[in-house]
Amino acid sequence: MQKIRKKLHWLDFLILGCVIAFFTYVFVQMSGNLNYHWRWEKIPNYIFKYHNGRQEWFANLLLQGLIITVRVSIYATILALILGVVLGIARCSRNLVIRMLARTYLEFLRNIPPLVVIFIFYFFLAEQIIQAMNIESWSYKIAKMENNQIWEFFCGDMRRFPSLISGVIVLALFESAFVGEIVRAGIQSVDRGQGEAARSVGMSSFQEMRYIILPQAMKKIMPPMANQFITLIKDSSIISLISVQELTYKTAELVSSTHMIFEAWLTTAAFYFVICFGLSLLFTKLEGSK
Amino acid sequence: MSNTLPIIKFESVDKFYGNFQALKDITISVNAGERMVICGPSGSGKSTLIRCINGLENHNAGKLTVDGIEVFEGSKDIIRLRQEIGMVFQQFNLFPHLTVLENLTIGPIKVRKIPKSEAEIMARKYLERVHIPEQAEKYPAELSGGQQQRVAIARSLCMESKILLFDEPTSALDPEMINEVLDVMVELADTGMTMVCVTHEMGFARKVADTMVFMDEGKIIEVAPPEKFFSNPDSDRCREFLEQILEH
Repeated sequence: MQKIRKKLHWLDFLILGCVIAFFTYVFVQMSGNLNYHWRWEKIPNYIFKYHNGRQEWFANLLLQGLIITVRVSIYATILALILGVVLGIARCSRNLVIRMLARTYLEFLRNIPPLVVIFIFYFFLAEQIIQAMNIESWSYKIAKMENNQIWEFFCGDMRRFPSLISGVIVLALFESAFVGEIVRAGIQSVDRGQGEAARSVGMSSFQEMRYIILPQAMKKIMPPMANQFITLIKDSSIISLISVQELTYKTAELVSSTHMIFEAWLTTAAFYFVICFGLSLLFTKLEGSK
Repeated sequence: MSNTLPIIKFESVDKFYGNFQALKDITISVNAGERMVICGPSGSGKSTLIRCINGLENHNAGKLTVDGIEVFEGSKDIIRLRQEIGMVFQQFNLFPHLTVLENLTIGPIKVRKIPKSEAEIMARKYLERVHIPEQAEKYPAELSGGQQQRVAIARSLCMESKILLFDEPTSALDPEMINEVLDVMVELADTGMTMVCVTHEMGFARKVADTMVFMDEGKIIEVAPPEKFFSNPDSDRCREFLEQILEH
């Protein structure tokens, strides 16, 4: 404590004082003027709830949403990784047409607001894929089956499967552009001589990429990729707009039915923060241990 | 050597980088088993010339034939042809994420589809040949420059190619390491391998070359056997160059 106090300048105390004053003001405003009635004690019920009839605990709205957020994020990351690697390689291709297509895709995503992109992907792509592959009736069939625990574990309620799939597709397509840029930067950071050496022992471009370039690029790609994964978790809240019932969607639902605006959103914010900050600490630690 | 067939044949080859002409009307051939040393001032096009042979650079005009196969941009045969041409680079270009042994075996295993155990036996044989069998399990970064370059030589030997190209193999080395690499190259020359070597090491050239080539400004100025090349070259430009580098 002594040490910290020595490091702090009187200006630092002034800044801290301002911050505290600001939050106190907001709090006083809310409880005084808005006459807001805090009901924090209700929140745990919306995470876990005890079902009296069945005599067991079950995950309520917020936790349900959180689980779907985690699921969507993991699947979307895997898909985005695959698409992104393809895209990154395409960006470094010797073929001009391939390079241009990849660049167009990237610029399209960079220069259109995420919300608009999400809607476009949803209506133009995800919906079409789901219809074309007849996923809807297929997932209902599984939902009616008796032994569908494995499906339920990986995909949640199978009746909501089409929405999960479109969420994953939309999010993955959106993130793939950025993953692609990370991969491209990684590939281009590998010395040119490496490719020349690979080719001079007779490797094809595929072998060159697979055995020489990508393994070296991967090392440089890992830290920014970990960051991108965290960004994806945060971005996943956008897909609440296409009715994927993830954390943000469930929170909005909770707010509209109970009017616990501040408690619900603060809790949700805390969920996101704990997950993202936790992962960020974990990745930093993993990086350091290498 | 006049009775053997040319294994590398340049016929009026031109190469441009944008507006800059790097190779001007190159016509030259290398016979099987011949050892050719190319020298010349920097920027004279000697590296470009050697890199055209295995298609790392593509020429824009003229005809280049290697081992009976024509080399041109987008050729489907180039991958097969490269297996017959080993190349040693100025900057070694070893694969830093692989051990020395893996550096040597990845080509034979992935390209020639030789079983791993067989490839490793071969790799150890060639490491022995370049005098560093004890370094097999290390990573390139743990070796000295001279050792790295010898690994690079062993790597191209592992492909059991017909032709070996050397692109200034000793230019990036500390002086005390140059000889260990040159010694290995001299030993290789004695095995009768076809070698094309860009270098400024004139002592080495004198010892191994069958043919000396002098290039300047993208053109071949002089082609001569070493005895004549060093004592009595035809062109003044070549004489000047030799005086400059042989003085020291």
